Amino acid sequence: MKKNHLLLGVMTFLLSAALCACGGGKNAEESSAGAAQTDAGAQESGNTLSEGTPVPGGRLVFGMTQDLASLDPHIETDAGTRDVVFNLYEGLVKPASDGSFLPAVASDYVISDDAKVYTFTLRDGITFHDGTPVTIEDVKYSIDRYAEIQGESSAFSIVSEAVIVDEKTLEIHLKESYSELLPMMTLAIIPAANDDPAGTPVGTGPFRFVSYTPGQNLILEKYDGYWQEGLPSLDEVEFKFIADVDTAYMELQAGTIDILKYLTAAQAQTLSGDYQIVEGSMNLVHAMYLNSEYGPLSDARVRQALCYAVDRDAVNQFLFGGKSRIIGSHMIPAMSVYYEPEAAGVYTYDPQKARELLAEAGYPDGFDLTITVPSSYSQHVDTAQIIAEQLSQVGVRASISQVEWSSWLENVYQGGEFEATVIGFDGTLAPSDWLMKYTTGDTKNFMHYSNEEYDRVFEEAYASVDETVKAEKYKEAQMILARDAAAVYIEDPVNLVAVSRNFGGYTFYPTAAEDMSLIYQIGQ
Amino acid sequence: MKRKKNYSLTVGGTLTLVFLLFALVGQVWTPYSPTAMDSTAVCLFPCAAHPMGTDNFGRDILSRVMEGSGSTFFVAICTVLIGGAFGTLIGALTGYFGGRADNLVMRFNDILLSFPSILLALIFVSLLGPGRYNIILALGVLFIPSFARIVRSEVIRFRELDFVRSARIMGAGPLRIIFFHILPNARVSILTAAAIGFNNAVLAEASMSYLSLGIQPPDPSLGRMLSEAQSYLFQAPWYAIFPGLTIILIVLGFSMVSEGLRAIRE
Amino acid sequence: MKLIIRKLITLIITLLVISFLSFAAFSLIPGDAALTRLGQDATPQQLAALRAEMGLDDPLPERYADWLAGALRGDFGESYRYEGTTVASLLSQRLPVTVLLAVLSLIMITAVSLPLGIACARYSGKWLDILVNQLTQLAMAIPPFFLGMILTYVFGLTLRWFQPGDFTQPSEDLAACLSYLAFPALAVALPKIAMVVRFLRGSVLSEMGKDYVRTAFSKGNSENGVLYGHVLGNAMIPVVTFFAMVIAEILAGSIVVEQVFSVPGVGRLLISSISDRDYPVVQAIVLYVAAATVLINFAVDLLYQLLDPRVREA
Repeated sequence: MKKNHLLLGVMTFLLSAALCACGGGKNAEESSAGAAQTDAGAQESGNTLSEGTPVPGGRLVFGMTQDLASLDPHIETDAGTRDVVFNLYEGLVKPASDGSFLPAVASDYVISDDAKVYTFTLRDGITFHDGTPVTIEDVKYSIDRYAEIQGESSAFSIVSEAVIVDEKTLEIHLKESYSELLPMMTLAIIPAANDDPAGTPVGTGPFRFVSYTPGQNLILEKYDGYWQEGLPSLDEVEFKFIADVDTAYMELQAGTIDILKYLTAAQAQTLSGDYQIVEGSMNLVHAMYLNSEYGPLSDARVRQALCYAVDRDAVNQFLFGGKSRIIGSHMIPAMSVYYEPEAAGVYTYDPQKARELLAEAGYPDGFDLTITVPSSYSQHVDTAQIIAEQLSQVGVRASISQVEWSSWLENVYQGGEFEATVIGFDGTLAPSDWLMKYTTGDTKNFMHYSNEEYDRVFEEAYASVDETVKAEKYKEAQMILARDAAAVYIEDPVNLVAVSRNFGGYTFYPTAAEDMSLIYQIGQ
Repeated sequence: MKRKKNYSLTVGGTLTLVFLLFALVGQVWTPYSPTAMDSTAVCLFPCAAHPMGTDNFGRDILSRVMEGSGSTFFVAICTVLIGGAFGTLIGALTGYFGGRADNLVMRFNDILLSFPSILLALIFVSLLGPGRYNIILALGVLFIPSFARIVRSEVIRFRELDFVRSARIMGAGPLRIIFFHILPNARVSILTAAAIGFNNAVLAEASMSYLSLGIQPPDPSLGRMLSEAQSYLFQAPWYAIFPGLTIILIVLGFSMVSEGLRAIRE
Repeated sequence: MKLIIRKLITLIITLLVISFLSFAAFSLIPGDAALTRLGQDATPQQLAALRAEMGLDDPLPERYADWLAGALRGDFGESYRYEGTTVASLLSQRLPVTVLLAVLSLIMITAVSLPLGIACARYSGKWLDILVNQLTQLAMAIPPFFLGMILTYVFGLTLRWFQPGDFTQPSEDLAACLSYLAFPALAVALPKIAMVVRFLRGSVLSEMGKDYVRTAFSKGNSENGVLYGHVLGNAMIPVVTFFAMVIAEILAGSIVVEQVFSVPGVGRLLISSISDRDYPVVQAIVLYVAAATVLINFAVDLLYQLLDPRVREA
């Protein structure tokens, strides 16, 4: 628990996403393979690390600073779990590293013009890990099971039914036009005959399940019958759970793990030459979220003052060596089609301006602010410490309250009882997944944020089937959040990954996925 | 033998006084603000400007150790006061009057004492939530039994002695006897218990803060500093060494005082 | 015999009280196990369904009774955190590690502190005694987790005698496991060694001052003869009681030390279970520590009577 540096945690909370997580930009009116609009998460160094001569086989140990939530793919889990099960399961489509969708269990798909019917064709000869062929009944079973587990108030409830047309074809009927469905269709296809998906996971992914020891490791082995020729390269992968990042880092130094992500800038610097550091992005909106119903924060000028008072570059410098992407609204740069870059420039660090705004709002002497953070995530605790110090410069007396992750979920996220909190949100590649939580009365609107103009613009964007209009409207929505200072947005943190020089092919995804099938051993 | 007693008490007392002074000064003056960050001075090796170096936020470790020692003393003193006051009261009353209540309270005491205190404190803090005052409350309550037991045995020892009997014959009430006749004579034992309790409180607070269940940031606490320093053990060992050393010296001072006191009693 | 039965009854009552108190305490804690399992996106329906399935809606006494009935059969229920995994199986993976750690540190404590304590008493006031006195005082002042950090830094990162975090399960390779556990065991043992040395020294010295020892000397016995022939047996009696306390503290001390060295033992499980609100696991661990403590005390009581016939009358 506790301590440690950075990010371990980033993962858990980000359960914000609907399970599927992925998916990409445009799709309507186009058939087959994804329309690939978003930019992949990886930035500067390209999104693939590959050099040396690949040698088939080999065993890789992947360090995880967090245990799995569940191996049942249809249960709501955290990003860390989704990273791992990406290797076991596939949906009708699966996300690609550039944010587009590749056909997976389906070999092809067609979307109707009104975006109300999606038709999928089952891939020929595809089999589950136990060798049995995937049938169209398995596909329908998986979709129905997922819908049932998600419940009626979830985003997935837009699906009215899954209809079997023939033994190769399945239609998904929607209640209303919705062009952002593909991300949801990455939901795992599992055999209808398996009555214990969590205990004996069976999927169609490149690796199959060997064993899971809670708190210790998950072992996967290569699935020889995988439909994609030549993949995977590795014979076996161990996801090793290490309770905290410090220990994980020590193990890395000792050479007992091959890949570890979420390193601090300092750790990345001191690491020996046995590893190379790959830079990507965590795909998170890391921010100080504000409760708009808390007295002083109900005044937009006060929220703006906080934005002026917080030096985002300093946070970035301290925690990430200045390598993170500064953001100004609730969208990550990797969602390039929908991302509004101008939002990042709405506020600059200006304590004087902050003091003026506070005085104007009637708080010339500042006010008391409690920042609630989950104690197990040092990234958030550290950010809160920096923010508290910066706010004290403009007279805002900020104190930090560290709470257990479970009470954070219950009181802050579910209960909405807080003043300010530092956390990171991830999302699927569907833009609505990121922005819907700011609409008035949304079940995930724990900030009690309410802005009529925003609600209107969001609704227009959501209902639009035209990609250009949709993107424009979503960008407009982001600017509203920025100007109204719905939250103090900070950055999309850089993800520094240490990869042993014995392996190549590490690939970043703009969504929760650690794709082991692309990794290969390097010949000496 | 005589010289050795003095030695423990003198060295321990001096050490304690020095650190108490260090912590007190830290409450009114520190070289830098303990929370001021400086991105140009991250993880500096100890030098003239920063005698104990700086941490990962460029904060001056000396300033933080000074203020952190203050928190440590504050928590430990409050804890011992709570545990001491209630423990003495309970121990004195049950010891003096005896009987069924005594039996019951002591049985309960034994159960509590046989249970590892860190586990109890952990459960306690999970219940109350972390934070300085909750730590004080949790540890204070946990220290009651050990004080109660010591005071009780002292009271029983003195209860039938001549000077107590004569006070009773002269008409002194039980409370008067306990507080004016017995307890003053038991002061060395109580002081020894307080010094040991103080040590346990310092170590417990450090452990709890290390597990981030204690004092909350941005308030510096020695235990918390150590937990944060663990990530930088290789890069900036001084970040861990100075807070750790401070805890050791504070505890050492008090344990030497308690040894000196014990020697006096014997 | 009567005394033993009475002690046994007290033992059972103690365990019941502790288990009920901790059960009740964990029901009051803020934080909802169903919510933790579902995460941020849980819908109210999913929550309600899971709460019902986990039995969180039943009244407290009923839940406690259910739990107790199961616990008596060795069934501590299913973990909330790890779906489909029983608490018993989680504990059975961790318990051997913690027991091994405890035994290892106990061996260190015994091997070092007994001879050292006796030697200090034998040469009381000499340089060895004075040196050990200073060192033990220092050892007791070091917080166990700081000691763990120092050991990690010196032996793990600098000398590379062990690889921090590279723990091997005892079932896989006992020798590798022991060579790793030696360092956390040392962190647990060092402060306790100091305590036992001081206690033993004090106990021997106070025994030496007694009349029968003077008599023995006056009969012309050598110092060693008196020490090993007469004094030690009697001096050991209070030490045995003290040892019981030390064992209980080893169990507790390993909670923090397991954290520092990332040893997958019961202590680590406890800390993570508290964070995850995994009540069934926490409950079982609290009961395990309580049972271990109480049983050790009980065993010591029995031993005490064997060693010292006088107690029997009391």
